[in-house]
Amino acid sequence: MAATDAQTSLRHAFGNVLAFFILILIGVLAFSIRLFSVIKYESVIHEFDPYFNYRVTQFLTKNGIYDFWNWFDDRTWYPLGRVIGGTVYPGLTLTAGTLWWILNSLNIPLSVETVCVFTAPIFSAFASWATYLLTKEVKGPGAGLTAAVLLAMVPSYISRSVAGSYDNEAVAIFALIFTFYLYIKTLNTGSLFYATLNSIAYFYMVCSWGGYTFIINLIPMHALLCIVTGRYSSRLYIAYAPLIVLGTLLAALVPVVGFNAVMTSEHFASFLVFILIHVVALVYYIKGILSPKMFKVAVALVVSGGLAVCFAMIAVLVAMVASSPTMGWSGRSLSLLDPTYASKYIPIIASVSEHQPPTWPSYFMDINVLAFLVPAGIIVSFFCAKIVCLIFSCYSVEFLTKSRWSLLLQACFSPLSDASSFVILYIVTSVYFSGVMVRLMLVLAPAACILSGIALSQAFDVFTRSIKLQLPSLSIDSPVDAGDGSSESVVPDDTVKTDKTEDTQKERTSKKSRSRKSSSESVEKPSSKSQIKKRLSVLPLETSIIAIVLLVLLGAFYVVHSVWAAAEAYSAPSIVLTSHSHDGLHVFDDFREAYAWLSHNTEVDDKVASWWDYGYQTTAMANRTVIVDNNTWNNTHIATVGTAMSSPEKAAWEIFHSLDVKYVLVVFGGLVGYPSDDINKFLWMVRIGGGVFPHIKEPDYLRDGQYRIDNMATPTMLNCLMYKLSYYRFVETDGKAFDRVRRTEIGKKHFKLTHFEEVFTTHHWMVRIYKLKPPKNRIRGKTKKSKSKANPKTVSKRKELKRNPF
Amino acid sequence: MAKLIFVFLTLIPILCNSFTPEKTSDRRILVLLDDFAVKSSHSLFFKSLQSRGFDLDFKLADDPKIALQRYGQYLYDALVLFSPTIERFGGSIDAAAILDFVDSGHDLIVAADNNASDLIREIATECGVDFDEDTSAVVVDHSGYAVSATEGDHTLIASDDFIKSDVILGSKKIEAPVLFQGIGHSLNPSNSLVLKVLSASPTAFSANPKSKLTSPPSLLGSSISLVSVIQARNNARILISGSLSVFSNRFFNSGVQKAGSPTKHDKSGNEQFFTELSKWVLHERGHLKAVNVQHHKVGETNEPSIYRINDDLEYSVEIYEWSGKSWEPYVADDVQVQFYMMSPYVLKTLSNDKKGRFFTSFKVPDVYGVFQFKVEYDRLGYTSLSLSKQIPVRPFRHNEYERFIPAAYPYYGAAFSMMAGFFVFSAVHLYNK
Repeated sequence: MAATDAQTSLRHAFGNVLAFFILILIGVLAFSIRLFSVIKYESVIHEFDPYFNYRVTQFLTKNGIYDFWNWFDDRTWYPLGRVIGGTVYPGLTLTAGTLWWILNSLNIPLSVETVCVFTAPIFSAFASWATYLLTKEVKGPGAGLTAAVLLAMVPSYISRSVAGSYDNEAVAIFALIFTFYLYIKTLNTGSLFYATLNSIAYFYMVCSWGGYTFIINLIPMHALLCIVTGRYSSRLYIAYAPLIVLGTLLAALVPVVGFNAVMTSEHFASFLVFILIHVVALVYYIKGILSPKMFKVAVALVVSGGLAVCFAMIAVLVAMVASSPTMGWSGRSLSLLDPTYASKYIPIIASVSEHQPPTWPSYFMDINVLAFLVPAGIIVSFFCAKIVCLIFSCYSVEFLTKSRWSLLLQACFSPLSDASSFVILYIVTSVYFSGVMVRLMLVLAPAACILSGIALSQAFDVFTRSIKLQLPSLSIDSPVDAGDGSSESVVPDDTVKTDKTEDTQKERTSKKSRSRKSSSESVEKPSSKSQIKKRLSVLPLETSIIAIVLLVLLGAFYVVHSVWAAAEAYSAPSIVLTSHSHDGLHVFDDFREAYAWLSHNTEVDDKVASWWDYGYQTTAMANRTVIVDNNTWNNTHIATVGTAMSSPEKAAWEIFHSLDVKYVLVVFGGLVGYPSDDINKFLWMVRIGGGVFPHIKEPDYLRDGQYRIDNMATPTMLNCLMYKLSYYRFVETDGKAFDRVRRTEIGKKHFKLTHFEEVFTTHHWMVRIYKLKPPKNRIRGKTKKSKSKANPKTVSKRKELKRNPF
Repeated sequence: MAKLIFVFLTLIPILCNSFTPEKTSDRRILVLLDDFAVKSSHSLFFKSLQSRGFDLDFKLADDPKIALQRYGQYLYDALVLFSPTIERFGGSIDAAAILDFVDSGHDLIVAADNNASDLIREIATECGVDFDEDTSAVVVDHSGYAVSATEGDHTLIASDDFIKSDVILGSKKIEAPVLFQGIGHSLNPSNSLVLKVLSASPTAFSANPKSKLTSPPSLLGSSISLVSVIQARNNARILISGSLSVFSNRFFNSGVQKAGSPTKHDKSGNEQFFTELSKWVLHERGHLKAVNVQHHKVGETNEPSIYRINDDLEYSVEIYEWSGKSWEPYVADDVQVQFYMMSPYVLKTLSNDKKGRFFTSFKVPDVYGVFQFKVEYDRLGYTSLSLSKQIPVRPFRHNEYERFIPAAYPYYGAAFSMMAGFFVFSAVHLYNK
């Protein structure tokens, strides 16, 4: 036996080293698969929000943390300004800033931008390691490794964490998984140390992303589930109570959360469960010290008193919640609970494309084969893995003996482990959330990876063991520790009690089971039981081989899809666009061209108005003051800009003039066919503007309910500022004014601007910048002009901006 | 970056290019005439200009060599158009050139007459003055006419309906009525830039005196303006008169007696009126400048780049008026400063020290944002002052909030008693058995 022990520990050591190297490779994979954007494009910050984060990080590295904390930014939301330090989730910025600081202290002179670009890939490596840890806690290291490798390249996560995608989610997903890992770890070990670490991880998550509310609702749900199913234990208490107390205290330290941590409805669930868990703990304690009879008396007393207190508290709570119009929920949370809420009441949330519900293809696009593996994973987690192969074997052997039935039934009702139930709860809630908002697909991805990892690893486990058992020579020579996954799971495998029917291969199985038992914690059992169990879970050899081949193919398909997604679908920085056409590759670098023009040709304090999508980029790249930006905190201000864009020229000029705007920037895709331009976003401007200023009415812009810009368009549409600024001089490009996005000729082709003048149009006409004309120096009299006289102002001011569009 | 930059949002509107106090002596005026006889017949008016240091350059309006600018530089500081009948200017000058001359900040004096050309009418229209569209119409007043030797046609009007502004017409009251003979014009009431300086009496009307009046005249009563001035947004000043002869020596010197009035003045008010008016038009009066805008916290002298809410600050600006020779301190008690963010949060009247310095102090409101110090000073006759200076106002820093406020003592008490209680509890729990 000593020899086998030594062999086992050697094998474990070898396995650990192997797992370690596999993890390193997974980290490298996770990092490198996200570098396509840098290789195909350039090392540049992507999209919209990352530019803001980048700008904040620059400020942090330049001015230090206290100035960052107290930063009042006067270049955005003019003239209101924005208290950046108090309204931003600082986790990402502080992380990147710390990375940069460490690197610079080590005399590695990387620019802030480089650090920001690579923060997301680095943290996806961390996230896959955290997934390994979490899944290992749930189902063992084999499943952990599989889940980690799946997460390293799940397209949904790649879409938010390619190099350059410097957004909160980049670090938040790591924090999310790691918090869950520490929770499960605490739950499994009952260690206060891990509970403390858990609160700190939760704190990091709160710092990083508003999605922390998912944690603070999911964990109470799980705790509640455990209590309701009668699985309360001191481990659960240690996992839960410190997290709530310390976590809430820590969360309140983040300026953007502050008192929200105790005031808003998003956090109430945690406090309710917190109360409940104490009640339950008290009950268990009293139950322990009292005799059963006394206990019944006590219950009667406590129940009557306790219920009264409970009702009082609930009444107070309900009154408090009901006193606020939104029931204390933020708009985004409400739109999660009621998916139609945002489209009904808050157009500004509904207008964001990532807040739309996803389509079915996007599930396939974003989590690919995991979508099919998840149900398998749920089954595997629900019941122990053996059941699955039992079912399989039942089918394959084509008859069900009484013994198999009883085995199956008993296994089905074997209690679910805490960790498994947590993962299942996680997947169920995240599937719901991802169905409401496409953005929350990101939360689903880790859960899908974990469950798929469990399913895949269990499937491999079963199939390889089947092969191993049927090839005795192989199994003796190289005992694979594939069974570790199930043996380390918290579910005790010894619930299976069977009659002894078959006893072939007795010698080998008994020896093997004993050796496994010595390494694991399971109690000594008659070897025959596990041996029978093993015998039962054996599948036919051919089936196993074919299944393994199919599984490998499935995995290969997933890898191919993920690499494609990383290389093609998700690596475009959206600040530079490319298009392949018959005459080669076209690069559209219009955004940076326009922002560079602004920064070189306008005064430092000039105000630039645009739709809010471009606010962050304008402040970060052009360093000009903007009226509204992507931090959509003030609906009225955005509605003002929306109203201006939907108004006729003169009214728009007055609105902009009152805001000291000097330049107006519009994005126009009609020439090159760039679909997400301002004309396509225009109805949202109308809706948001009309929500605050009722004289803007959406039907005025629609012809028979249809949004059109051709000659059937309504006069209001054809005279609004957005139409005019987008299509001014458009007819000069091809003579017909054919809009390639809307695939139609525009309605009004020849018109002049009276209150705005075009100052810059980029190479592909994607960004057009206009300047507000100053008020006229003189006011003309009423008398009609007698002869053809050119207005001296327009003649002198008109600058020839004619240029070849290509 | 915390030290946020601020710059003047809008500087003092750049003072007219023509108006350079440094070289008052050689300010040049181009006078365009229909024929050189006007030079002598209106010599009194020209002399008064020359005596005030202006250098007059007389040219025929159709002289092919006249030009307003050369190499992009304007050659003159002001233009006098005493050529009501001209149909086409010589040289490179046309209506657009003249309006550009005004838009670049130069002054203009236009005199129309009975037979004013379309060109002159167009220039007037562009400036906001609409002459009667009936080209043969003149202003007739059967009760406010000037008593003269040639009785009967009542087109020579004696008007004393002046604008009430010492800035435009000088502090000395014009006693005698002004003689006027010419065409009337109307102004758009919504036009805030144009001012009626001399208006006709309520009994006046604009019609052709030689023909029978068939339909009601289009211009009637005191809505008829005889002489108007315009101050453009860039503070260029324009004088438009419906008559050229009002500037003539004959009108300057003749006596006047208004019909129905017993007093006969030996000398008409024309000379005083137009001399004073030309002083205003040529920026010798009513021209303000604001300089040296300063603001700082109370007790400090340096201008901060950002204020905190509830800071006490002091604001000051110096305003001077041009007297024709030097900048004199401007004295007024109605200059106000706004602390403005979309709407004024603070509106304070500035007190002044009679030496041109206007100042006040106030507390920054409890609102953060990007504010502006705004002085919008528009007074009749004065150039408009529009100063704005952007300044951000930030909230408290994390360590600027008051510590240990009394209202929080229960919480401190709770925290410390909890700590003490926990300590006692631990001690009892650990060592009791």
